[in-house]
Amino acid sequence: MEHIDKSRFAHVGESAHDREAIARPSLTFTQDAMRRLSKNKVAIVCVVLIVLLSLMSAFAPMFSPFDYREQHYGHTNAPMFSVCDDESSEGYGHMHLFGTDTLGRDLYTRIWMGGRVSLIIAVTTAIVDLIVGCIYGGISGYFGGTLDIIMMRLLEIINGIPYLIIVILLMMVLEPGMMTIIIAYSTVGWIPMARLVRGQVVALKQQEYIAAAEAMGASPARIIAKHLLPNTLSVVIVRVTLAIPNAIFSEAYLSYIGLGIPLPKCSWGSLAQLGIQNFRMYPWQLLIPAICISLTMLAFNMFGDGLRDAFDPKLRR
Amino acid sequence: MARYIIKRLVYAVLTLFVLITLVFFMMRMLPGDPFLGEKAISPTALANMNAKYGLDKPVFIQYLMYMGNCLTGDLGMSITYNRPVMEIVSESFLVSADLGTRALIFAVIAGILLGAIAAIKRGTVWDSLSMFIAMIGVSVPSFILGAVLQYFLGLQLRKVFGVNIFPIQGWGTFKHTLLPAFALGLGSLATVSRLMRTSMLDVLSSDYIKTARSKGLSQRQILWRHALRNAVMPVVTIMGPTVASVLTGTFVIESIFNIPGLGKYFVTSIKDLDYTMIGGTVVFYGALLIVCTLVVDLLYGLIDPRVKLED
Repeated sequence: MEHIDKSRFAHVGESAHDREAIARPSLTFTQDAMRRLSKNKVAIVCVVLIVLLSLMSAFAPMFSPFDYREQHYGHTNAPMFSVCDDESSEGYGHMHLFGTDTLGRDLYTRIWMGGRVSLIIAVTTAIVDLIVGCIYGGISGYFGGTLDIIMMRLLEIINGIPYLIIVILLMMVLEPGMMTIIIAYSTVGWIPMARLVRGQVVALKQQEYIAAAEAMGASPARIIAKHLLPNTLSVVIVRVTLAIPNAIFSEAYLSYIGLGIPLPKCSWGSLAQLGIQNFRMYPWQLLIPAICISLTMLAFNMFGDGLRDAFDPKLRR
Repeated sequence: MARYIIKRLVYAVLTLFVLITLVFFMMRMLPGDPFLGEKAISPTALANMNAKYGLDKPVFIQYLMYMGNCLTGDLGMSITYNRPVMEIVSESFLVSADLGTRALIFAVIAGILLGAIAAIKRGTVWDSLSMFIAMIGVSVPSFILGAVLQYFLGLQLRKVFGVNIFPIQGWGTFKHTLLPAFALGLGSLATVSRLMRTSMLDVLSSDYIKTARSKGLSQRQILWRHALRNAVMPVVTIMGPTVASVLTGTFVIESIFNIPGLGKYFVTSIKDLDYTMIGGTVVFYGALLIVCTLVVDLLYGLIDPRVKLED
């Protein structure tokens, strides 16, 4: 039998310091969520995709030899990867990567110009929804009582009308353009957000720290903005991410029924609409914008799902 | 329960009222004039036309008239078609309803099955496949899907086989309904199947399923008798929005597939600036959706008495 040294059984005594030492760095809620998110490969791929699409939309038209309005009548409906043969054009000898449309406009440039419009509309409406929804929901939820009842009843009534009807009506009355789409969509888009925030706030305002803030004389505006809304943030962010694909869809839908961006400007929706008109002969004119719309919606949806899982692991399936 | 029904009815009526008001005033604010055409009209003729359509009266009186007419089902005369709007709506709505019902049935049945399979075979290829289909359905707008299906299944397949398996235009036979119903239903199918998967996973891990298993029931009995029935409940709650999205989708799907439904009339009337037609269609469509949501919500209470309807 191996000899064990007696000294190894000696009592070393207690060190209060060591026992209380923190073994791992403590993580805040956000850090923890980000850690979980970065482990989710699908979500990361989606982020990369979103960044890529945004960068292309921002910069590709600048570096393209063609202008998005420039028409080449001798070179209409050109197939993908065809070389421009218009000598008067600045882009002579350059390649039309995605071909040209019925007016001979370079589709590659137009796709990314359309991407700008679609993405700006989507992100702006999502931000407007966020702001209006947070304010409305926050006030309604925090004050409660009669005000809450009135505000929620009002919301209930507006919510009963299908939002596309309101958007279509507004689009017809207002001057067509990008701002109009944003305004029209924002007038109804904030409703789900307001409901969500109100629900969260109603649950949160029972917490002790709210009572403490009230006791110290914080104003309602301060309590809502500084204490209540930051705590609803995780749910709200997920909702915003999932609102973006909805906005992209609505824009495409409106463009399709002829209420979108006026020509010669374009969006992914209006490009798809033009593509549908002659996709039997030139399918890529539809397929390319269709892929862009679908990829963006897919990426935002999956990223939103990933965010939800990261913020609330209990929900994970 | 009675109190809840009354409350919901009051809401529905209020919503309808707001909708009609909104439509009326929006129509007044629209740019353009319905009598503005290629040919100049003499002032007398214009005055006569205005009198005929009641456009010469004060706005408030016009509003009351419009409201009264809407409530009696008279949605005015279509300016471009020169026929009562209600007549056009009731004709074309049957087609839209037919298409919508088919799409809805497809979406619900296929969605429930797909979601259930994904949950039962969780983590397998079947799960990934179902969720992949669901993701496609969420991400591809119905009108794009419709056009892509027309190209690949309609045109390319005809080139390969020489027969028209999936007609891409028109309406009439069963074959004509296949592609549009599929394109229309896929989006809702996706929502249904994702919800179904979540709820089925919940149910499958619950205690009464364990009990059922431990008392020796076969897998099939557990799934059909206990799991599926309970898991379907949350799907019923989203039937209202699902009906809405399918009906909204018919607008574009109909114009792509050239189906003589309500949506096609709506889209053309926007281009023609046909005030009364747009207003009539919107009021009819809005009322329909309000009623559908109401019925679905009330039905939900009947199916599952545990649901607290007061919420």
